[in-house]
Amino acid sequence: MNGRIAALNEIRLGRRPFLAGLGVAAGGLAGGLSLEAGDAFAAAPGSPSFSPNVFVHIAPDGEVTLVCHRSEMGQGVRSSLPVLLADELGADMARVKISQADGDAVYGDQNTDGSSSIRGHYDSTRRIAATARSMLVNAAAKRWGVKPESLVARHHRVEHAASGRSMGFGELVALAQREPIPKPETVRLRPDVELEHVGKELPHLDAKAFVTGAAPFGADVRVPGMLVAVIARPPVVGGRVLGFDREAALAVRGVRHVVQLPEPKKPYVFQSWGGVAVIADDTWAALKGRAALAVRWEHGENASYDSEKYRDTLKASARAPGTALRQLGDAPAALATAARTVEAEYYLPHLPHAPMEPPVALAHVAGGRCEVWAATQNPQAARREAARALGMDEKDVTVHVTFLGGGFGRKSKADFVSEAVLLSREVNAPVRVQWTREDDVRHDYYHTVSQQRLVAGLGADGKLVAWHHRSAFPPIGSLFGSAPRPTAGDFQQGVLDLALDVPNVLSEACEAPAHVRIGWLRSVYNIFHSFASNCFIDEIAHARGADPRAVMLEVFGPARRIATPDELGVKELRNYGGSLTEYPVDVGRLRGVVERVTEISGWSQREKKGRSLGLAAHRSFHSYVAVVASVAQAPNGKLAVDEAWVAIDAGKILNPDRVRAQMEGSVIFGMSLAFHGAITMREGATVQSNFRDYRLVRIGDAPRAIHVHIEPSDELSGGAGEPGVPPVAPAIANAVFALTGKRVRDLPLNLAFDV
Amino acid sequence: MTETGWTTLQFRVNGVAREVEVDPEMPILWVLRDVLGLTGTKYGCGQALCGACSVHLDDHVIRSCCTPVRRAQGRSITTIEGLSEDGSHPLQRAWVELGVPQCGYCQAGQIMTAAALLRQRPQPTDEQIEQSLAGNLCRCGTYTRIRAAVKRAAGL
Repeated sequence: MNGRIAALNEIRLGRRPFLAGLGVAAGGLAGGLSLEAGDAFAAAPGSPSFSPNVFVHIAPDGEVTLVCHRSEMGQGVRSSLPVLLADELGADMARVKISQADGDAVYGDQNTDGSSSIRGHYDSTRRIAATARSMLVNAAAKRWGVKPESLVARHHRVEHAASGRSMGFGELVALAQREPIPKPETVRLRPDVELEHVGKELPHLDAKAFVTGAAPFGADVRVPGMLVAVIARPPVVGGRVLGFDREAALAVRGVRHVVQLPEPKKPYVFQSWGGVAVIADDTWAALKGRAALAVRWEHGENASYDSEKYRDTLKASARAPGTALRQLGDAPAALATAARTVEAEYYLPHLPHAPMEPPVALAHVAGGRCEVWAATQNPQAARREAARALGMDEKDVTVHVTFLGGGFGRKSKADFVSEAVLLSREVNAPVRVQWTREDDVRHDYYHTVSQQRLVAGLGADGKLVAWHHRSAFPPIGSLFGSAPRPTAGDFQQGVLDLALDVPNVLSEACEAPAHVRIGWLRSVYNIFHSFASNCFIDEIAHARGADPRAVMLEVFGPARRIATPDELGVKELRNYGGSLTEYPVDVGRLRGVVERVTEISGWSQREKKGRSLGLAAHRSFHSYVAVVASVAQAPNGKLAVDEAWVAIDAGKILNPDRVRAQMEGSVIFGMSLAFHGAITMREGATVQSNFRDYRLVRIGDAPRAIHVHIEPSDELSGGAGEPGVPPVAPAIANAVFALTGKRVRDLPLNLAFDV
Repeated sequence: MTETGWTTLQFRVNGVAREVEVDPEMPILWVLRDVLGLTGTKYGCGQALCGACSVHLDDHVIRSCCTPVRRAQGRSITTIEGLSEDGSHPLQRAWVELGVPQCGYCQAGQIMTAAALLRQRPQPTDEQIEQSLAGNLCRCGTYTRIRAAVKRAAGL
């Protein structure tokens, strides 16, 4: 008896304890609320609390519990959306508790992806709170026999200024419970001037939990009897187990079980990857057991995949006509008669996500129920995948969401949850699946590899008469069984929505079959589309001997709101889920961030001794970001970004400091992929394995200063988590050219430079 | 020593005497997390490449993911949970004031490393901060704020 399990902490997360405290019956939740449909959720009869919907709960003592339904992975959503709820409600943040939602469709969309938490939930969040507020106000109005319009809800009270009367939220609970629940679309929102917190400097509500080690991440959850699994996975996608040494693994003290996982079937989606799990009392024993397994593999159909050779395949593909997805005028004819042409090809490799916390999930399957605790960006997808893998009904699966030690798109896939639930059922105990860093780097859903070819036709005056863009990359759709060719949905990211004041435009999607699992990585296809278009504009400028800033503004054209697909030359634009009328390609805003960032960075003096500036700008996720990077070369030849400037126009901003933090982080993220980022495959298997051969930017490489300017705006909110990334790498590459005269068209930069 | 090589070891963790019966080669990281239930110290790479697992062994920063627990015998380990009673260490306060953490996962390791730096060099230069924290990765990219927060904690 080592006593070790008994010594473990027990941490309970999620809705259940909190619901028990509020006396809300879980059955009521399963009844279903669709906020989109304008339904509402009444508190269970006899509940002491006022819960007009699943997001807002007010206890008789006045404590307000607000539910955050989006996953916290560093973007600060828990310090943002609940603050908007509190502000609209009139609650005092000091008396607010934030609860993390489980995965459940009652909360609406929980897929924390696509930089959508604020831009997609700003209005609905306010309506949820306004619903609760109006019921509190109506209750007080009845009590006092006054008109609701004569009352205000603020500082945790409802006040009647005329008579000086007021009641606290807690005192109003019992009365508010008797009020009818208005439809969210009918409630009146506060005028913006009444919002006390929105747009102000807000505290980071989870910061203290992070700096004391108290915040529970995926691997920190403990339940009694829990075992730890590590898995030996096939090195090549589609590979299978031929044999392994079960007894050697079981001989390791602490190892309890060795379980072979089912082989996934195409399309792979979020299924477990297969392989052999070693399940032990603790992580160390599981790791030792796995090392003893000596698995023999059959590598399968992707065993010949070699990323260096594949590069030639992609290059050939981008040199041949593809599917035209954007057409204005007649680009081939205009190119044939242009005074001169400029052309260039760009290659960006696969990238891993490498969140600091590798994937991890804990599952307990017992008694016809399944309970999961996971660091997941998409708890509803995790719930669906768990139910699918187990053949259970979703209603019998609960997914609690922990803090995520980074996500970047990796944790929107539920494969690690699938592994945990299968293993828990198999060994009849709670099982935590712990991925090692090597597992993470070798078995990721990689950012795709891309080859692009751009040709510009210039008139005698130097102005662009034609723009021809081909892009070849295995699309994420391949994970779900799609054709091996990018779609218009993929091309919306920086190709179809690129602002071009050019009469003849042709954009083509070229074939590219996938040989690894492809997935979303922070800003996705924008990474390489922004790289190519921004570097290409810089190349055109230098070919003309002109200022890149001036040429960029000329290519984007005059300020205008492009609000129809016709103007872009496309059939339709997915436009990040927003209509073009509401979220046009606003060239004025794009120009605005370019003008701002070049002003604050001192662009007019861009060639100073020892350093040069590079510029890039990009629209994505309904936001506009421009970056200027200053690149310097040390006496030993090493290149470094010593300073960077970011201007962002993300419309209305809820939490400016977290937006600044996202821009700072985006610069570092973009630097990592620009300088070091490359995953390569040999014989179908990933060559890199850990931070030794997959390098990331370290503190000594970080700029001494990253200046972030947030453009004041009343436009609809755009995203912030991703839009900062796309302009960073091209700004660096353009600065590198300005400094060294060497044009980099293939990333990472460490192929050509000492970095 | 038992037949499987396990042994009983005694050391202090955050001032509390502990005795564990474990594989003496088990890294301190897993002893802290899996045996003692102190989960503030994080796994990031298992190869001393990222610093997420940084703790103090006596007065020195170590990468607990690669340090076998036998090396702790008779010594004293300090983790993020023991850096201060209530999160009031100057570094912890500066981290909160400047909103350093994004996802938060690497920050315990960053702070433990910085705490050892400040003990040795109460007023570090930028270069000293960078040198000391060179082994601590932050994928969210909070480096500029980390630098600023170390300086604030140092009263610079």
